[in-house]
Amino acid sequence: MQDPMAEIRATFFQECEEQLAALEAGLIAMESGASEAETVNAVFRAVHSMKGGAGIFSLDALVRFAHVFETALDKVRSGDLTATPRVVGIFLRAADVLADLVRAARDGGAVDEQRTAAMAAEFEHLDTPGDAVAPLAEDGVGSWEIVFSPRAELYAKANEAALLLRELGRLGEARVTLDTSRLPDLEAIDPEGAYLSWNISLQSDCDEAEIRNVFEFVEDDCELTISRAGVSGFAPGTVITGDNGFKFEFFAPMMEEEPEPEPAAIPATVQAEAAAEAPRNAVVEAIAAKAESATAVSATIRVDLDRVDRMIDLVGELVINEAMLSQRVMEAGIARASGVAMALEELEHLTREIQDSVMAIRAQPVRSVFQRMPRLVREVAAQTGKQVRLLTEGEGTEVDKTVIERISDPLTHMIRNAIDHGLETPEKRVAAGKPEEGTVKLTALHRSGRIVLEVADDGAGINRARVKQKAIENGVIGTDAQLTDDEIDNLIFLPGFSTAAKISDISGRGVGMDVVRQSVQALGGRISISSRPGLGSTFTLSLPLTLAVLDGMVVSARGHTLIIPLGAIVETLKPRGQDVFPLDRDTNLLALRGGYVPMVDVAASLGYCEELLEPEQGVALLVEGEGGVRAVLLVDAIHGQRQVVIKSLEANYRAVSGIAAATVMGDGRVALILDVDAVVRQARSEGNRVDAAAMEAS
Amino acid sequence: MGHEAGNRELIAFRVGRQEFCINVMMVREIRGWTGATELPRTPRYVKGVINLRGAVLPIVDLAQRLGLPGTEPTARNVIIVVQIGHQQIGLLVDAVSDILAASDAEIQVAPDLASDLVKNFVKGLLPVEGRMISLIALDNVLPASELEAA
Repeated sequence: MQDPMAEIRATFFQECEEQLAALEAGLIAMESGASEAETVNAVFRAVHSMKGGAGIFSLDALVRFAHVFETALDKVRSGDLTATPRVVGIFLRAADVLADLVRAARDGGAVDEQRTAAMAAEFEHLDTPGDAVAPLAEDGVGSWEIVFSPRAELYAKANEAALLLRELGRLGEARVTLDTSRLPDLEAIDPEGAYLSWNISLQSDCDEAEIRNVFEFVEDDCELTISRAGVSGFAPGTVITGDNGFKFEFFAPMMEEEPEPEPAAIPATVQAEAAAEAPRNAVVEAIAAKAESATAVSATIRVDLDRVDRMIDLVGELVINEAMLSQRVMEAGIARASGVAMALEELEHLTREIQDSVMAIRAQPVRSVFQRMPRLVREVAAQTGKQVRLLTEGEGTEVDKTVIERISDPLTHMIRNAIDHGLETPEKRVAAGKPEEGTVKLTALHRSGRIVLEVADDGAGINRARVKQKAIENGVIGTDAQLTDDEIDNLIFLPGFSTAAKISDISGRGVGMDVVRQSVQALGGRISISSRPGLGSTFTLSLPLTLAVLDGMVVSARGHTLIIPLGAIVETLKPRGQDVFPLDRDTNLLALRGGYVPMVDVAASLGYCEELLEPEQGVALLVEGEGGVRAVLLVDAIHGQRQVVIKSLEANYRAVSGIAAATVMGDGRVALILDVDAVVRQARSEGNRVDAAAMEAS
Repeated sequence: MGHEAGNRELIAFRVGRQEFCINVMMVREIRGWTGATELPRTPRYVKGVINLRGAVLPIVDLAQRLGLPGTEPTARNVIIVVQIGHQQIGLLVDAVSDILAASDAEIQVAPDLASDLVKNFVKGLLPVEGRMISLIALDNVLPASELEAA
């Protein structure tokens, strides 16, 4: 049993994140001058509701701080306190502290209590009238005096003083004065020496660490002093060594227009500042950490896949609805140039764009699959005693998550095959004048709306004579079959085909490439091989970018609209009467380029009707099912190609044999997607005698 | 699921000349008839599937399922979308007639004479103002397996 409180707690922290964001947004608005009651109220409410929630969960530290914060905000709300930049600055830092407290409460981490206390104490001084109160000057815009004197080494390391000064200018308003007092006479100048120094007076609310950061890479090659403007309490030559070993040296002021020394109160300020140094650094770190987590958040978010799928469903609906609306508008006889039609066109563009973006949410780079391959290559190489180098290209190619999960197996097979069958042994390679080490190149790329994966080896290529001989032995092709090189190469995808002279553990039990081909076709993909003797083979695997949509041919069979996956269709043709030969009562064969292919009447095969369609009345689609088995599907008419969104029948019903899935058409009606493999298989089992003839034909 | 004292709310509908009811908690929505896409190799009481906001919803002709003459649906027919376990299905009926509240005590046991088909579905009888309304269970409304379907 899950603790019901845990869920509420999780919700509370989620809300806290939202409140913190609202708080920060409100404070930033106030900082830039928005002082409307509504903004202040929103800020107050954010802190108040966090306090309330924290109370329920007895998060005392959080409650205490939120209370102090709330009290201060209330003063602003009631008008007792003006939201000056200084005050808002304090609030912003307080918001950071609050955020840390929330996170600590959530994740059980520790909080810098000193900082919390210091922050809370700062609220006490908010009432102090006037922003120029010395001890708090650091919170407003402050001024810094920086003396920067590069040494020759700085220039020798190709640093450029001007860039550093420009960088400094980004922190605030910088007034830069060049000090040329150390410049010697011309004859005494060392061309590689360093004689210039700069005095910078910087108006900025940044702290010392930020200034120091600018000089981070040159700090060893220059004299650098950083001090608060007017803080000249240190005698010239005073050296302060920081915890990090960084030295400040107080030179005698070199500027002509040196500010008037401040009254005696100053040293106290310096003390206070030094004391304040640690907590301030902590704040900076906190800000940095926050910025980091903020970028991390914006870079990736974790979303329940169900939610994304739901959104994809809805967008699919939107596309259908948009198509329906267009259809209705056209039916209503509204002119294409009318405002309605034009607005509708814009809607269509927008809808497509939304669909693309939503699909992109699920897209992932193939890197995760590619990363598993080097290890596989090492293992197979070790088992076969071959030397293999794996090159990969296009790891960043993105494809739908559902596809990613399913390309790993075929790729593994293809790579094994390439090493085991494709590459030669080192001795043979050397004998053939090739380097000992073979290369397998794995490439991913996008091509015409599909993802293409290539596995290329620089091995011996396919031994066509042996493949053909084997095919004849296995009865796959006739002894007198005339096949092109390409056709021979692709014979290796037929079931029970392995040309490896000896059966190895890696690949070659005859369950090799035909299994790959089956799983690829099940995904709506295609696989092919091209080979050049002596130079190697390339397997090309092409897959749809997503399994959520499918490219299909819309056909009708005795009044029923069906979708036939485009991936399965080899060609479409109009059968002629003289090419059709009845084999028995239910089976016709179609003569196709010298072979015979069984014809399947789709409507009859699905049981929609009893009598068969006259072949001449219909359109034939030559399809290829599992294992390269071909058949001709007979339908009444073809209505064109269409990308359809795949909908499951099982979700609310159950699997129906002969039907792969369903989709929703532009008119809002459901159309069924034909399971080509099942239909072809069924035709084969109904007429086993056809098999031999069919095999001959392919 | 029952409310206090076994009280439940039921939705009653007409199928042919009979009246049936189911627990209102099962009903997701009620909509008019739209043309269904016929499924191959399915029992005749499965009229086909329709698009319900992107989901594929099977439609069961309740009359035919209960062994009554099948419905020839028109625009005046009604589909009651019900939730059964993880699945949603649409029941094709003639019209929704009533919403009633009934306690367990008011529901009478169906007589033993009934056929197996009726026994499979009818869980009780509810007399309302001289009418007889059969309380039905929907667990077996869809074909259980390919075997039954074939």
